[in-house]
Amino acid sequence: MKDLTYLTADTADSAVELFAATPGAQFLGGGTNLIDHLKLGVATPDALVDISRIPLDRVEEYQDAIGSGLRIGSNVRNSDLAAHPVVRASFPAVSRALLAGASGQIRNQATTGGNLLQRTRCVYFQDVTTPCNKREPGTGCSALEGYGRHNAVLGASDACVATHPSDLAVALAALDASVVVLGPEGERRIALDDLHRLPDDDPSIDTILEPGELITSVELPRTAVAAQSTYRKVRDRASFAFALVSVAAALQVEGGRVSDVRIAWGGVAHKPWRARRAEDWLRGRAITEQTIRAAVAEELTAARTNAQSVYKVPMLTNTTTLALLRLAEEVAQ
Amino acid sequence: MDMHLTLTVDGEEHSLDVDTRTTLLDTLREHLGVTSPKKGCDHGQCGSCTVLLDGRRHLTCLSLAVAHEGASVETASGLATDGLHPVQQAFLEHDGYQCGYCTPGQVCSAVGMLREATEGHPSHVTADLIGEVDLDDDEIRERMSGNLCRCGAYVGILDALRECASQ
Repeated sequence: MKDLTYLTADTADSAVELFAATPGAQFLGGGTNLIDHLKLGVATPDALVDISRIPLDRVEEYQDAIGSGLRIGSNVRNSDLAAHPVVRASFPAVSRALLAGASGQIRNQATTGGNLLQRTRCVYFQDVTTPCNKREPGTGCSALEGYGRHNAVLGASDACVATHPSDLAVALAALDASVVVLGPEGERRIALDDLHRLPDDDPSIDTILEPGELITSVELPRTAVAAQSTYRKVRDRASFAFALVSVAAALQVEGGRVSDVRIAWGGVAHKPWRARRAEDWLRGRAITEQTIRAAVAEELTAARTNAQSVYKVPMLTNTTTLALLRLAEEVAQ
Repeated sequence: MDMHLTLTVDGEEHSLDVDTRTTLLDTLREHLGVTSPKKGCDHGQCGSCTVLLDGRRHLTCLSLAVAHEGASVETASGLATDGLHPVQQAFLEHDGYQCGYCTPGQVCSAVGMLREATEGHPSHVTADLIGEVDLDDDEIRERMSGNLCRCGAYVGILDALRECASQ
């Protein structure tokens, strides 16, 4: 690990200023991913701007012209957000997604903003002895013809087949959350669904954030459908593992027909994959195993698989079907 | 680059200079001689370096020491103040270890886990997110999944924590 200047910021404004004034800087939050990357040589910053002491650690109700919801400070720890009474009652997919991720210790450390900006767990990205276009642009993608069980099946490119590892981001994408971002040019809001990008020909860039922009909070709009939401994750062991596939779903039914439905997938793309074609297909129809399978098939016409990743298509179909059928049972009660 | 750091470890205040790249784990073990937290994987995957940091279970291998200026660290050895801590006693009585390497991390994680359950935190296996927490065997297994034991003493650990949860 090369020499490292360590700086702390007390406010979001001073963090952005410090970053801009410090060549080779990276923000440090809970550190559960970044400290590991420092050890592995995946991240090689000259300086860290520690943002973990900035008091962005509250979950507050907000009300604006568009509606109401929860504003979650970017330093709120994953465990505290999962246990927050309003999140548990009104946004169960968010609690469930957080609780399905990592371990008790890591959830105590990891922050809301950091969770969204964690990097892929593709084995080649984390192994500096192998080619990887995300880590070292232009060197090639080792996963294309290497170990491919975790590869993306939607929206991937010839340059990168990595998946985004966050569970939280999948739930937030389904529930139309946005991130509030502060940068040298001021504040802006980005829909969660737009935050992460597809790899195209430059997978080294995960999000549309400009260098030096800091996520200060996540806004989670309160909707009736969010209260009827869930998250299901399939992994290689019962706990403490990244998703093979995961599904965030929310459902509202009126008169036996779907009035609102949200579906987002994890483990299948370079970003949380909002399955809008499947949602559109289901809206106005009855929820049955057949309609759900047909809707998922509609979305998965775009899937590209190889022999190692092809299992994800039926796994995703079955997991989505189970998630929505269970929600339909709960909604009917 | 060195920086000055103050830490309270098991009730004792320490003041030292550390390189900014030093993890909290290496600071405890190599600089302060506090060897209760163990270095297993050093990548946040095994839990053997777990301590209670400001009262919550925390991995010291994925923490830079300088990011925790002024923090209070409690290690498994510090939990034994007036005789063994009840969790330590339960590990002893139920054979919750074999070689013992993961045990300090297991004990700190268990103490933190029991506190989280007392505060009503749900887990991945909690059926009703807004109901009471009942620490049955599935709940204990899920909540302790961040601590690995290569001897496979899980059966004894589960017995120990079932007893602690019922007290």
